[in-house]
Amino acid sequence: MSSIWVICRKELKGYFASPIAYGLMVFFAVIAGYFSFMATAIFVQRGMESQMMGRGMPMDLNEWVIRPVLMNVSVIGLFMIPMITMRLFAEEKRSGTIELLTTSPVTDLQVILGKWLASVLMYGAVLGVSLIGLVALFAWGKPDWKPMLIGYLGLLLQGGSLLAIGTFISTCTRNQIVAGVATFAICLLLWVLDWVTAFATSTGGKVISYLSVVQHFEGFSKGVLDTKDLIFYLSVIFFGLFLTSRSMESLRWRS
Amino acid sequence: MIKVEGLTKRYARMAAVDNVSFEVAKGQIVGFLGPNGAGKTTTMRVLTCFLPATEGRAEVAGYDVTTQPMEVKRRIGYLPETPPLYPDMEVCEYLEFVGRLKGVPKSNLKQRLDEVAERCSIADVKTKLIGKLSKGYRQRVGLAQAIIHNPDVLILDEPTSGLDPKQIIETRDLIKSLAGDHTIILSTHILPEVEAVCERVIIINKGKVVATDTVDNLTHRLRGSEAVTVELTGAPGADDVQRKLELVSGVSRVVAKEGRGGMLKFEVESLQGRQIRPDLARAVVESGWQLHELHSAAFSLEEVFIELTSSQAAGGAQ
Repeated sequence: MSSIWVICRKELKGYFASPIAYGLMVFFAVIAGYFSFMATAIFVQRGMESQMMGRGMPMDLNEWVIRPVLMNVSVIGLFMIPMITMRLFAEEKRSGTIELLTTSPVTDLQVILGKWLASVLMYGAVLGVSLIGLVALFAWGKPDWKPMLIGYLGLLLQGGSLLAIGTFISTCTRNQIVAGVATFAICLLLWVLDWVTAFATSTGGKVISYLSVVQHFEGFSKGVLDTKDLIFYLSVIFFGLFLTSRSMESLRWRS
Repeated sequence: MIKVEGLTKRYARMAAVDNVSFEVAKGQIVGFLGPNGAGKTTTMRVLTCFLPATEGRAEVAGYDVTTQPMEVKRRIGYLPETPPLYPDMEVCEYLEFVGRLKGVPKSNLKQRLDEVAERCSIADVKTKLIGKLSKGYRQRVGLAQAIIHNPDVLILDEPTSGLDPKQIIETRDLIKSLAGDHTIILSTHILPEVEAVCERVIIINKGKVVATDTVDNLTHRLRGSEAVTVELTGAPGADDVQRKLELVSGVSRVVAKEGRGGMLKFEVESLQGRQIRPDLARAVVESGWQLHELHSAAFSLEEVFIELTSSQAAGGAQ
């Protein structure tokens, strides 16, 4: 357990010693801030409109502001993933430090879990920035915090599964850029699957639509914790890390 | 401490290491000598559990590398050919990371770090970024990394490659100072290095062990024959002397050399396993010449090496 933490800490330090972490956080702060602002502005405008028309409908902050922001954040998050995972193993392979890790008294699994955990924490830190706009809502309104919590849990799970896939891709090459581009392509594909299959009715279409990572997030964004989605994400994480461990083992007999 | 039996490692069809066996006793420094691509690195990688062997067994400190890799890794310090360094880390931070990774207890870490930094003389760059260090310092940080957990066995792959002469000498001294506490295997393709640092040498070529012995013995044993230098005065001409010496029993060849100060100098080679010095002396004295010097000229390991690696027939030297 402590070995996992040692590796995780080293990776986290690596993120924050380079501009990657700060760049991602600033980028995310701007985008997420814009969405939060827009969603709130629309909410306020609608509220005023309905009052002027004399139909003071009760409006839900969670439904009108938090949910759309979370949905947007989940999509923007997809584009962060490659930048977080691309260097994890590719860089170690290129510089030869992988030899240090594989000849140290730690198992492959500990190395992989440490690195993956670091990437999840890094992703969490980036997501944390998006909270700024939403927390501000508490100052003037009374949003329900529980669905928000579940929403963020969903974001972490969605991120975790893509990060696991990204980690795997990073073990396949010694070139960071290749790893980054491949991961980006896969993230994009998994997002686009959702558009393509939006109107699918055939069995094949349903299967493909089930694979869309974004689609499983919809429940979470509403604050619904569905075991179906939970299991989907957990199994993707497991599958990704399993492939990583296979790939890392193959380093030994291929090199 | 290290025991390798019938180790074979095949890549696709080609055998990088072919049926290699050797043993290293505790506290010894052993040189692994061979030309590039001889299989030195592969053997080392098997010992460090980085690569699995195709056949054969390897044991480190009594633990098998395939069945108990964790125990082996705990007892091995490894410096690959390019030191495994993270350029964006500080030296101190890096050593701390490696120490934790190798299982140095937290309470002990600070003290170990200072000791190791002292020993490898990197205390003055502790807070510098590794990426900004010179090559010599990087190599020393690499060595510090290998000994941070005080391993029984140190495996160093070409520890002096790419360093300047001064750094090479410093690194060699450092390695020598580590012997005793640690059993050391170091690989190199530079002969003087083996002579300077190692007690024993294992010569490997094309994946096969060609010879294992002490440096002295190897030089000796390889040539069953002896080479003797003779210096004398009082002879009428070099040709006469040469003819005379060639007649001595057991002599295979006489080569005239350039002597200084009117001295005649010859290098005499004997036949396999013959002692020719007494006979040579008698021949010179009986001819009425003055014998000034008579000593056996040892072959340098360089010659041994060239002979060993250029002809496979030399396998018989074992």
